Amino acid sequence: MKGYKIIVLAKQVPDTRNVGKDAMKADGTVNRAALPAIFNPEDLNALEQALRIKDQYPGTTVQILTMGPGRAADIIREGLFRGADGGILLTDRAFAGSDTLATSYAIGQALKKIGDVDMIIAGRQAIDGDTAQVGPQVAEKLSMLQVTYVEEVKELKKDTIVLKRRLDRGVETVKCKLPLVITVNGTAPECRARNAKLLMTFKRAKTVTELQKENEDYTTLYNDRPELNIPEWTVNDIETDASQLGLSGSPTKVKSIENVVLQAKDSKIISSADADIESMMLELLESHTIG
Amino acid sequence: MNNIFVYCEIEDGQVAEVSLELLTKGRSLANELKCKLEAIAIGHKLDGVEKQVMPYGVDTLYLADDKRLYPYQTLPHTSIVVKLFEEQKPQIAFMGASSIGRDLGPRVSSALHSGLTADCTSLLIGDHYDKKADKKYENLLYQIRPAFGGNIIATIINPDCRPQMATVREGVMKKEILDPKYKGKVVNLDVSKYVSDSDFVVEIIERHMEKSKLNIKGAPIIVAGGYGVGSKENFRLLNELAEVLGGEVGASRAAVDAGYVEHERQIGQTGLTVRPKLYIACGISGQIQHRAGMEQSAQIIAINTDPEAPINSIADYVITGDIADIIPKMIKYYKKNTK
Ligand SMILES: Cc1cc2nc3c(=O)[nH]c(=O)nc-3n(C[C@H](O)[C@H](O)[C@H](O)COP(=O)(O)OP(=O)(O)OC[C@H]3O[C@@H](n4cnc5c(N)ncnc54)[C@H](O)[C@@H]3O)c2cc1C
Repeated sequence: MKGYKIIVLAKQVPDTRNVGKDAMKADGTVNRAALPAIFNPEDLNALEQALRIKDQYPGTTVQILTMGPGRAADIIREGLFRGADGGILLTDRAFAGSDTLATSYAIGQALKKIGDVDMIIAGRQAIDGDTAQVGPQVAEKLSMLQVTYVEEVKELKKDTIVLKRRLDRGVETVKCKLPLVITVNGTAPECRARNAKLLMTFKRAKTVTELQKENEDYTTLYNDRPELNIPEWTVNDIETDASQLGLSGSPTKVKSIENVVLQAKDSKIISSADADIESMMLELLESHTIG
Repeated sequence: MNNIFVYCEIEDGQVAEVSLELLTKGRSLANELKCKLEAIAIGHKLDGVEKQVMPYGVDTLYLADDKRLYPYQTLPHTSIVVKLFEEQKPQIAFMGASSIGRDLGPRVSSALHSGLTADCTSLLIGDHYDKKADKKYENLLYQIRPAFGGNIIATIINPDCRPQMATVREGVMKKEILDPKYKGKVVNLDVSKYVSDSDFVVEIIERHMEKSKLNIKGAPIIVAGGYGVGSKENFRLLNELAEVLGGEVGASRAAVDAGYVEHERQIGQTGLTVRPKLYIACGISGQIQHRAGMEQSAQIIAINTDPEAPINSIADYVITGDIADIIPKMIKYYKKNTK
């Protein structure tokens, strides 16, 4: 056995978990710029599963595939710091405005170019949309089997894998053959921390675009240290049908966005004084809301 | 052709609640569109399904019955639904936003290149005018859901691709029997025409399904805590209040993400939808995604240190203060006045 070829799908997302006050604009909308961009949490759980397989099976390679704007190269660096072998940033204006289906199409086409993968491991869902659609949609595009909601790889022998799934109301253990697409649940083990040595090695890993911006001589750098090259793939690097990309390739369209106007109820303002709290509790008791 | 389809989830011969809720919604939309409501149930020993779904106004029930089709598996269920949709060409299809619907839905939408909107909180019929193409669309499905971006609600449409697909969580739509004697047609599918042996590549070694131990949805009183509760320890205060009042503890996603409480207690667009007699929101700011799961509560108390917290505007009682101060007082005066 020469190890497995694993691709981890990861997304850079705004940190919606900590939408504090400062992230809200005066008009009540969220100021996205004020939200830090983070590695989607469940994609980190996915990365950990991949790295555990790599630890156990020498010769296994773990590559990160991410689609997003230029700054999403951070996701690949983060993966390298934690033990991934490399990554590809899929980035092009043509992908802008993609819904989950157009996203899956682009990712699927990139995976076809990568070719011959044993496992594609993704987080169950991304916190900015919570749709959980991209994993299964990619699997369908590649005509591959999928196993969703995975919490643990129980066994892996040659091309047979046993996986434990965490469902809404229970658990299920399934056995199947590679290749397949796995989506990993947040209940799976957390991702290991960055490794200090890898951090030193890879902190200079950059895309050409990043190096050009910094006016660095990337040809010499990449010649000397090819592992520092984070490849960027544009729409020209993969085979695509333009009608399936971006906004025009997305069957779903946003018709309208409405700011919710809160119809203020006639609320009673209660102070924290004992007498106020007591009279509220009495009122609730009298109306049989409680008691 | 052009009807509304609901994929019915089956567990132990029982049709899932969420599927019955979707049939109810599907029926009312079918009336509006003057089309039929159709249901598909896939599994084994489906004899009882007809009785369960017909009262919701199903015009055609498709059954795919085979030993290998229960419990749910991705590939065979996808093959059947995709093939049936290709034959029947529904205009709309609904699935539960459950571990089954969210595994199957994207797969089907990808195969048919039709759009899918997850976790809708409202579904309506409406028109659309595309300015660029100068094209008018009538009777589209408006798939409405809170969207990231704070207090906004997005209306999503699929102008050109069919079926228009949506998933909805359990509890969001109301379940209502149309007519206990409603009689639709039953079509038994010849399973061998819809699946191939290569669909059965997963072996289910073990499976434990449990009825959820928690009964938050049915609780008359919910004491819900948010990020403002501050710690797992502080959540004990909420437990105490819930216990005294005979209620359950719920939570916002920020509280779940912070590890203060287990995920099963999350209320909101991507958690539970609840309609208790009394909802006590403690240290919850009241973002749209949270409100989507609780704003139909009969009475709401908001306890928040911030007098401007958005939750206050939907609350019947607004208490501005620290939960560590307020909750013990509520417990004290409840006990004092119920003795
Ligand atoms: C796709 C998507 C789906 C989502 N689904 C859900 C969902 O299903 N459910 C959900 O809840 N959220 C959901 N969210 C997240 C949602 O947008 C909010 O981030 C979340 O609800 C905020 O939780 P919170 O109110 O507890 O935290 P915060 O917004 O941080 O609010 C904390 C509140 O506590 C108050 N406070 C602080 N200290 C105290 C104290 N000592 N005493 C009293 N008050 C105090 C503060 O004034 C503040 O108002 C979703 C987001 C996305 C993007």
